[in-house]
Amino acid sequence: MRHHRVLRVVSKLLIPFIMLFALYVQFHGDFGPGGGFQAGVIMASAFILYGLIFGLENARKVAPPSVVTKLVAAGVLIYAGTGYAGLLKGANFLDYNVLGATPVGGQHLGILIIEFGVGTTVAAAMVTIFFLFAGRER
Amino acid sequence: MIITLIDIALLTFMGATAIAILRLRSLFAVVMLSGIYSLLAASMFVALDAVDVAFTEAAVGAGISTVLMITVLSLTGERERAPGHSPILPMIVVTLTGAALIYATFDMPAFGDANAPVNLHVAPRYLNDSMAEVGLPNVVTSVLASYRGYDTLGEVTVIFTAAVAVMMLLGGRKGDDAGFKNEPEENSVADGDDPADDPADDPADDPSGKNGKGTA
Repeated sequence: MRHHRVLRVVSKLLIPFIMLFALYVQFHGDFGPGGGFQAGVIMASAFILYGLIFGLENARKVAPPSVVTKLVAAGVLIYAGTGYAGLLKGANFLDYNVLGATPVGGQHLGILIIEFGVGTTVAAAMVTIFFLFAGRER
Repeated sequence: MIITLIDIALLTFMGATAIAILRLRSLFAVVMLSGIYSLLAASMFVALDAVDVAFTEAAVGAGISTVLMITVLSLTGERERAPGHSPILPMIVVTLTGAALIYATFDMPAFGDANAPVNLHVAPRYLNDSMAEVGLPNVVTSVLASYRGYDTLGEVTVIFTAAVAVMMLLGGRKGDDAGFKNEPEENSVADGDDPADDPADDPADDPSGKNGKGTA
């Protein structure tokens, strides 16, 4: 695809906005449609678009597979770790009420953190799967 | 009334897309049509006021899975072989299953029925108390992330497991980057065969041309 100048220019322009939109969906999911799953997929699509247009090798330089594979696990650990944080504070697993000064504040904080974990795992998993499939072409 | 018309139009489009997918033998067209089908399904979810589901369907069904399918198509052929068997038996099975499912819907409560069991169990608490208990305007997020946080943890673990499974199947050798790298000798052969690899292209680009083989 490196010969399609229009695609290259347009995707170069679009990728920052795709990532910005992913962050918006990630952190605005409490107030509107969206959340970690959708944000993770949108963020991954920015990297996949880059990989499709500028080549897999360049995409691997931007998102090194050794880092991305660790992020797949990191998201789950963030999520489960939030659950254990509630456990350590004397409440039930994944009870966010005790995480903040007030129960509602704790809920906000807990949901923000676990949604971030969801987004991390989903984005990293999608990028990993794309890398592995695209890397097999011959 | 307008919603009914939109529903009928969307369902007609979905049916037409499904039949086209069945009849086409060009896999590229099939992948495109299944992306369109997902987008129609997402529109249907919007019409049903399930915007979060619609968002997921549009992003995952129409977006990522279409791209992954195209990536896989670059590994396989673009044409599907004609099936070697008669379609009559599968047709009977599908018709019977579909008829049974439609028959089962007669027992379902009407859409949006306030007295349906699903709307009498925990839903009233979510709708009435979530603002005081969780304090988020989007009840869907409250349910997914807080009330049913345990389920969502399971879903994230499923995604994690899927990624690990793909890594194990396609990742190849031990080591962080194993399987992520193209075989170098295959690449150099492919580069030599690529007449479109013109040097007039952006010189800042990867000079080895390893990436010339776009995935789509």
